[in-house]
Amino acid sequence: MNGGQDLGGMQGFGPVAPEAGEPWFHAEWERRVFALALAMGFTGAWNLDASRAARESLHPGEYMLASYYEIWFKALEKQVLARGLVEGAELSAGAALVPPAPVARVLQADQVAPLFARGFPSDREPPGPARFAVGDEVSAKTINPTGHTRLPRYVRGRTGLVERVHGAFVFPDANADLAGEAPQWLYTVRFSGLELWGEESDPGLTVSVGAFESYLEPARRAAA
Amino acid sequence: MAHDPGSHEHHSHDHSHDHSHDHSHGHPDHGSELSPMELRVRALESILVEKGYVEPAAMDALIETYETRIGPRNGARVVARAWVDPAYRARLLADGTAAIRELGFGGRGGEHMVVVENTPEEHNLVVCTLCSCYPWPVLGLPPVWYKSPPYRSRAVIDPRAVLAEFGVALPATTRIRVWDSTAELRFMVLPMRPEGTESLDEAALADLVTRDAMIGTGLPGAGGRA
Repeated sequence: MNGGQDLGGMQGFGPVAPEAGEPWFHAEWERRVFALALAMGFTGAWNLDASRAARESLHPGEYMLASYYEIWFKALEKQVLARGLVEGAELSAGAALVPPAPVARVLQADQVAPLFARGFPSDREPPGPARFAVGDEVSAKTINPTGHTRLPRYVRGRTGLVERVHGAFVFPDANADLAGEAPQWLYTVRFSGLELWGEESDPGLTVSVGAFESYLEPARRAAA
Repeated sequence: MAHDPGSHEHHSHDHSHDHSHDHSHGHPDHGSELSPMELRVRALESILVEKGYVEPAAMDALIETYETRIGPRNGARVVARAWVDPAYRARLLADGTAAIRELGFGGRGGEHMVVVENTPEEHNLVVCTLCSCYPWPVLGLPPVWYKSPPYRSRAVIDPRAVLAEFGVALPATTRIRVWDSTAELRFMVLPMRPEGTESLDEAALADLVTRDAMIGTGLPGAGGRA
């Protein structure tokens, strides 16, 4: 969705503000939110793409002003309510009031090291041959999905070059709806700054995105 | 130098401190002890634990892992190895995931690694405009600035100005290549080995490699915001 998360090319946020000696977490509650989000993600009640979709569906104003773990927390609250794991009255009371709903898995302490060292790969068997090849000129489609998507607005309608073909991966737009993984070919598509931002752009700038096959079509016109 | 107090990379040795009062960098709600956020988080945690969805010991293990075991020293070792071993460098650029795994790093947030090499002609910069995608196994959890709107909005449209804010001034002839992490590929920059480091061994070279140098917002061993 064209939500508050799609920040590429926006202006007015001011300078980047690196923090000397930055700690991993700025408050104890951030530690807890981080761990809660990862542990709940393991239950199987949703997936990573659904979590991103939940964060992105916050009001854009709220999204842009909130701290990052605040966004994670609010999305986590939304998800446990939406999946029927927690009831609103329980959040108000700060205590469990009804029996738990079943979940597929509960993360145990001794699973953390091996599971997180292995990771959760999202490459899959290709659904068929790749439509595009390295060197192809492609355009990012002009689309405005109301659900989750990983095609940022700033490349839509723009023409670039396929630079790498990565194999097939879980398609986030479908997976976020818990509608199956629907794997698609994934490409690195490189756009010139001129193509994205116009004549005022830095002439030496190029920007690459990871683009799923259904985001792309053969070039509508030559790239700038 | 790995724990230079002027660096913003130090981490594991002070993780038990509560930093909630130490920082004012324009992000609201980083929390005082009695903040509404703290109360809401405590409430949700106790509900999730009480209902059996979350094991408190697993939460502790997650926090311990990402506060003390995983951070940019991992990535620095990868870079230093690539600087001293041309065959490793070639493997790293061809298949980042496998080459990083050779040194024992990998997993969540780094399942599909792409390593991109800086040259005198081209400088690489990594961003995630849509959220906070970042190569956890080699760099740890991302800093606040990486996840915040100023960097995410401007890295793709005005990277040279962003680099200037980090104290990085590239020659005008150096092209800038930005990688927006919009899929499950995670990027790490292989910076150029600084001149005058011929006599350093691999461990000493790793000490020159900063987190920012592997994001592309810094240069190795360059002082300043090293």
